[in-house]
Amino acid sequence: MTNRILFIIMLVAGLTAPLFAYPVFVMDLLCFALFACAFNLLLGYAGLLSFGHAAFFGGAAYITGYVTKEWGFTPLLGILAGAGFAMVLGAAFGFLAIRRQGIYFAMVTLALAQIIYFLALQMPFTGGENGLQGIPRGHLFGLIDLNNSLAMYYFVFVIFLIGFGIIYRTINSPFGEVLQAIRENESRALSLGYDVDHFKLLAFVISATLAGLAGATKAIIFQFAALTNAHWQTSGEVILMTLVGGLGTVFGPVVGAITVGALSHELSAFGSWVQVILGTIFVVCVMVFRRGIIGEIQRLASRKQG
Amino acid sequence: MSIQVILAQALLGLNVGVFYAMLSLGLAVIFGLLNIINFAHGAMYMLGAFIALIGYSLLEQWFGISLQIGFWASLLVAPVIVGILGVLIERLMLKRLYELDHIYGLLLTFGITLILQGLFANYFNVSGTPYPGQPEALSGVVNLGFMYFPTYRLFAIVFSLVVCFATWWAIEHTKLGSRLRAGVENPDLTQAFGLNVPLMVTLTFAFGAGLAGLAGVLAAPIYSVSPLMGADLIIVVFAVVVIGGMGSIMGAILSGLALGLVEGLTKVFYPPAASTVIFFLMVLVLLFRPAGLFGKEK
Repeated sequence: MTNRILFIIMLVAGLTAPLFAYPVFVMDLLCFALFACAFNLLLGYAGLLSFGHAAFFGGAAYITGYVTKEWGFTPLLGILAGAGFAMVLGAAFGFLAIRRQGIYFAMVTLALAQIIYFLALQMPFTGGENGLQGIPRGHLFGLIDLNNSLAMYYFVFVIFLIGFGIIYRTINSPFGEVLQAIRENESRALSLGYDVDHFKLLAFVISATLAGLAGATKAIIFQFAALTNAHWQTSGEVILMTLVGGLGTVFGPVVGAITVGALSHELSAFGSWVQVILGTIFVVCVMVFRRGIIGEIQRLASRKQG
Repeated sequence: MSIQVILAQALLGLNVGVFYAMLSLGLAVIFGLLNIINFAHGAMYMLGAFIALIGYSLLEQWFGISLQIGFWASLLVAPVIVGILGVLIERLMLKRLYELDHIYGLLLTFGITLILQGLFANYFNVSGTPYPGQPEALSGVVNLGFMYFPTYRLFAIVFSLVVCFATWWAIEHTKLGSRLRAGVENPDLTQAFGLNVPLMVTLTFAFGAGLAGLAGVLAAPIYSVSPLMGADLIIVVFAVVVIGGMGSIMGAILSGLALGLVEGLTKVFYPPAASTVIFFLMVLVLLFRPAGLFGKEK
């Protein structure tokens, strides 16, 4: 019930956002929201902490940027190419990372993502520290000019809704139930006959692909694939967003991405203090606010119902 | 390519390797007893270097105290300060998370990393400040027969090796170490025998943090002191730990040294891969020996 109300709020807010907010800023938030939702599928529902999701987000942005700029791909094809790259990369990372559990899983994903970061820094086509610049926005279906910021905005909103829908469907499917069973008790899920590794890998690939979708879209919006998007700090940021909004809740990552995104935007004048503040929020969330915003709301709502 | 070049790079690699060894040793000691990975380990390494820098050149300018803490004193002061910070973190925060999933410990220490890094980035140049306090006695070069090698680097290698092996010896061969190992093996039973396990946990965390601080002081004269110096290093050390496996103290030391060497030699044979070779080795280890070279499958 709460989910339906929240979905309607999100839909209305998303559709009307360009009326009262700067579209590019809202598009940025939407990309991070999708990124956080994808991340949440893995940590919130399968219990797997990936510290390397920036590799999919940032890596996909480079691929999308390259194929649209150098090979003349249309924006939609370019975004699909970026997401496809993230899918393949996710399969490779997932295959390696699920060989270790818990804390090791986090360290392995972080180290693997660092390979992508160094490749992005050193490879000839990526522009090194300057990033890949001058990515064209192009025309959607050859008709709609995406240089129009409203057209671009609704295109991004539709991508977000599709990604969100895929995640929602995944969570509320028998597959999603098994993932949650693995999160709660891996050995029991195994003893019930589920091929645990298979489920984890598939969850990892879906999550990586959608993180890539978000990053690819971001590259088209800003016409720029930035090195920072592939940095471990971005992996940390998406964790923070998910944590603030509510781990393992459907709308938590969206709320978290908006909160953290708006906060970083407001605080951007304070330079390095932003990092100190984000770090403090991290510590506070872990210590006393582990349910996150949506998690707390749900708890209050269920308490009221008795 | 001459043998001299290779040997020189190998020694420089060993120099990096002792830092890997010291940091992965600290991580392993903490992991053994607390089962958490301290993400802030890199930030503590950075903090150690900054304490040395501030103690040497900024105390008067910043606090109006006309006191200079030289290099030798820093080797003691910095680990103690970082250790105290470790005690505070463990007692005030980590302690409350032991009942939860261990990933929360990782997330908490990640947040602490951001705070420390951000604080220093406010006051210091991100591209680094040179540490001026390298002692006279260690300046210059020594003739090793086949090459000349900076005295300070040789000192850093020998000093770190002594610290690493002393730690290993203390854990494996002293009474205190045997109690610690009992705590790792079975905390409840150890406590039932009347040993103060929570105190052991706190001191272990402080000791691991202190090691990181000490490594930071040793690194200060070699690399310039920068707010980001720890972050870049710690991710490599994570890969070292995954390769070595955290089952054994000696394993952590040896894999740190070996991987430093490998990285140094990669700089000779294929420089572009030097920053990623350890990560690729990690991939190979995960494929063929997932528990790590010295690890035990739990």
